[in-house]
Amino acid sequence: MQEIADAFVIAVKMIFTGDPEVYAITARTLEISISSTLIAMLLFVPLGCLIYFNNFRGKGLLISIIQTSYSLPTVFVGLLVFLAFSRAGPLGAFGILFTPQVMVIGQVILISPIVTGLTISALSGISPAIRDTAVSLGATRSQSVWAVLREARYAVLTAILVAFGRAISEVGLAIMVGGNIRGFTRVLTTAMALETQMGNIELSMALGIILVVLALIVTVLANRFLKVKEADVAQSRAHTS
Amino acid sequence: MLLKVERIHHRYGKAEILKNIDLGIERGEVFITIGPTGSGKTTLLRLIGLLEKPTSGNIYFDGHRVTDSEGQRLAVRRRMAMVSQKPTAFNASVYDNVAYGLRIRKERGPSLHRKVMNALETVELAGYEKRNARTLSGGETQRVALARAMVIEPELLLLDEPTANLDPVSTSHIEKLVTDVIKKSDMTVLMSTHDMYQGQRLADRMGVLIGGEIPQTGNPDEIFNTPRSKKIAEFVGVENVLKGLITSNEDGLITVDVGGAILEALANLDIGREVCACIRPEEITLARAKDSTSARNTFSGEITHIVLFGPLARVELDCGFPLVALITKKSAEEMNLQTGTRLYASFKATGVHVIRK
Repeated sequence: MQEIADAFVIAVKMIFTGDPEVYAITARTLEISISSTLIAMLLFVPLGCLIYFNNFRGKGLLISIIQTSYSLPTVFVGLLVFLAFSRAGPLGAFGILFTPQVMVIGQVILISPIVTGLTISALSGISPAIRDTAVSLGATRSQSVWAVLREARYAVLTAILVAFGRAISEVGLAIMVGGNIRGFTRVLTTAMALETQMGNIELSMALGIILVVLALIVTVLANRFLKVKEADVAQSRAHTS
Repeated sequence: MLLKVERIHHRYGKAEILKNIDLGIERGEVFITIGPTGSGKTTLLRLIGLLEKPTSGNIYFDGHRVTDSEGQRLAVRRRMAMVSQKPTAFNASVYDNVAYGLRIRKERGPSLHRKVMNALETVELAGYEKRNARTLSGGETQRVALARAMVIEPELLLLDEPTANLDPVSTSHIEKLVTDVIKKSDMTVLMSTHDMYQGQRLADRMGVLIGGEIPQTGNPDEIFNTPRSKKIAEFVGVENVLKGLITSNEDGLITVDVGGAILEALANLDIGREVCACIRPEEITLARAKDSTSARNTFSGEITHIVLFGPLARVELDCGFPLVALITKKSAEEMNLQTGTRLYASFKATGVHVIRK
């Protein structure tokens, strides 16, 4: 117990004294996870809209598959991406295995069901009357989709934050396709795993604290987004009473 | 004619919602469809508002048939606006709600601002522009919805039971907007309501929608005083619909035998024909004594039930056949009417509308 407490104190010192190794790993982690989240947002929020606003055969089944994929094992995605980008794989010619780029690709695949599925859920929560209102006022198809998406904005933002949380905290994929190369593909989770194995508990603890703080920030932001709507309403009510 | 609906049929699955609807609405008129809940009013408005496509039939707007082309449907839809039964607001400020239709038409700047502010002033919501529209009451939200629809100056304004979920004060506010603002503009209005008196107050012309069909259209007087069927008569508040047989006809003054009692009415129908005699409850006068009167029909009866509501009293009588009269509460009090009181009910032959069975 004392060992953990000592490690915690040293870890906090490392964070506040600006340990370059800790900060470099944190910066890289954020760079990779933010990139993958933004790419997933640009690709899969529209896909969620496309699925929600169109009726086609097998739609229900597709949504069920997407929802099941929320808990896709990271090592399984890692294996698929590894096989695809390994020298003998179909995408081996790109030569990006064990680079941050392939880690981003892997994370995008990992979080794509979350962004798509939660976007569909967010849109399902909006009353059909909103779309009807927009259409009846002369909105084009894309304008009416935008009107509904705008109503679901807080829930969609929450979906994106949840996806970011999943991306930043995964470890299996990062090790398998990133290779945990120091100063290049080493991120918070892979570094923690390695440093713990090597007995560098203080460094591992520092990285762990940062990871927890980042996860906490994501949770707080998600809650804030959800509460913004209520706060808006409460403020307006207070204003009128 | 701004709008023409031709042989519209519509079904949801196996349920036939609208059957063979034909309708024509002139530019500038306020046309109201009245009908009970579930009669297809909302579906008809959704089809005309081009939110859905009918199973069969045609809609003509300004002389042109509306096709399946999305481009044409959008162009036509942009000449209309619709306010739905349930007050709906975007999760945005009142200003942004009202500005929505203008913004999607690429209107910006001082012109947009002026129009939005004018619309808010018209619906008496000036000063509310920064409020989140979701914080408003039902009546206020419906006024925002009206402002949002009116601000784009539609040629056809569709109002789907706009007061159905509102309290009486908010209802009268919305009705005032229709009579004082919309009727004085160039807008053509197609409104639905299940409140027949609201229809009577606001409509230039009305259509009765019952069971997915429109069996009668006409001005409010025609609909209320000369309903074409028993169903319509009952819906428009003719509480006395008496089945009978014509027993004589003297130059259009007929006698109808309604279960032994003979009443007189004006109609040119053959002796022996089965009919329904419709008498509006407000056409009936009550008296303690049998006075000399020009009314052709006077029956002695006993009060079976009295219900007071507001300034009125609804008196149910047994005259050998059931009869309902509507009098003022003050008259009922002055005549000391109670259950069991015997009195005379009179109504003129011209107050009886005869429908062929």
